Amino acid sequence: MNAFDLTKTPLRDVNQKLQSLPADTNEKVWHLNNLHGEHACAVGLTQPIEVHINGHIGYYAAGMNQKATVVIHGQCGVGVAENMMSGEVRVKGTASSAAGATAQGGLLVIEGDAGTRCGISMKGVDIVVKGSVGAMSAFMAQSGALVVCGDAGSSLGDSIYEARLYVQGKVESLGSDCIEKKMTPHHVEKLGRLLKKAGIDADPKKFKRYGSKRSLYNFHVDNVDAY
Amino acid sequence: MCGIVGLFLKNPALKPTLGKHLETMLIGMTDRGPDSAGIAVYHSPVSGKRSKITLFNANEGFAWRKLVGDMGADLGVEIDVEQRGNHALVTADTAEADVVAWVKAKHPEVRIMGYGKLMEVYKDMGLPADVAKKYGLAGMQGSHAIGHTRMATESAVTTEHSHPFTPAPDMCLVHNGSLSNHNNLRKWLRKQGQEFDTDNDSEVAARYFAHRLGEGATLKEALEAGLVDLDGFFTFTMGTKDGFAVLRDGVACKPAVLAENDDWVAMASEFRSLAYLPNIEKAKIWEPAPATVYSWSLH
Repeated sequence: MNAFDLTKTPLRDVNQKLQSLPADTNEKVWHLNNLHGEHACAVGLTQPIEVHINGHIGYYAAGMNQKATVVIHGQCGVGVAENMMSGEVRVKGTASSAAGATAQGGLLVIEGDAGTRCGISMKGVDIVVKGSVGAMSAFMAQSGALVVCGDAGSSLGDSIYEARLYVQGKVESLGSDCIEKKMTPHHVEKLGRLLKKAGIDADPKKFKRYGSKRSLYNFHVDNVDAY
Repeated sequence: MCGIVGLFLKNPALKPTLGKHLETMLIGMTDRGPDSAGIAVYHSPVSGKRSKITLFNANEGFAWRKLVGDMGADLGVEIDVEQRGNHALVTADTAEADVVAWVKAKHPEVRIMGYGKLMEVYKDMGLPADVAKKYGLAGMQGSHAIGHTRMATESAVTTEHSHPFTPAPDMCLVHNGSLSNHNNLRKWLRKQGQEFDTDNDSEVAARYFAHRLGEGATLKEALEAGLVDLDGFFTFTMGTKDGFAVLRDGVACKPAVLAENDDWVAMASEFRSLAYLPNIEKAKIWEPAPATVYSWSLH
């Protein structure tokens, strides 16, 4: 096991070391200790390593992740796993705003609550939140799935494209062009697989599905006065 | 851009360490505000009809003793003064309104930073670490304190535009954000009898809440009214003689983190400022929700 003490090694050095590991590295598991809310921790990883962030952390943790598994044993700030391409990021505590923003792939699991704008502009990532998400989550979400085991705040899925949203609890309000859709056996099965992959114990049949009404896709001449 | 920190102690045993912890929190927000810093500390209450007033003049050689001598003679009361940097802490054997009125009438070059029974306010240019050291923040004891670090993006680095704003006795407000309806609100508040020191939008928010509290609203009620009447972006942290509150606007794009355990409640723009608080690892940590009032009281 490899470990860094962040009070002794600057974060920049830690990130560079983790980013420069060769593809065939034997150093598969890393622990980052003595954290004090640093920003941009464990970002830009490209190898299938496992990184444990053992504490509360600042903005953009595990951003741009590819292939790596990053576990945050604490609370994290704005933009965790933003622009993730693949791999897995797991937050044991709560996450602030814009978790998984613009992420293109991989799996983001938040075991606590997520703040506002969770999954904003998501482009293929799967996000599973064990708790609740704040207002304007999945804003302009393009593809991927956002699963919320708790409640969703106001304006869920505003201006959504083709992402799939599943919420078990209450939805305070749906955003523009976001509607409730039928939960078919196909969706129950897909959601069940995703919950299992995320290690979250929930019954997929208890979720409701939301998605795009697809009425904002194209310019309508009737709306010309609104521009 | 700016940084906000606030610490409210629930456990009186921690009172001797208030300043020390707030200093660490303030320094944690250096990257968000390296130009100037301001603090409001609730400590060392005066009793009876005595009052505490923090005064400021940019000239560190200002003749505070003469000012206090003249004030004492005019008001016919005993007055103590303690100089800290370019501030002076005045303790007077009379109501704060008398001192405030006298300073405004006789010394327009002196700025009143804050007043009341226990609040002291210091604002200065420079790095948060330097400001904290200059005013001896680490040595201050008390129940709660609020701090602000500023990175000037649109207006000059001056003490006048620095937070906290102190619109009423033992009341202070720090603000991260900008208000869009502050001109109309200022006009309305002037009609209600509020007087303004600056053209700053944050002062409008501070005097708005002072006005609501003056009408008899509780801290929670005043902040809820603010959600209706204030338009713009804001994360506020507010202190009163026995209360502490945090409020964000409905979009909540200005950052805030709250942490609470049995001993204290702490607020900061970023977690970095909370990282060194005692037993932080066991505290509940969360992002305050949009348009939701969070308030605590000593009683």
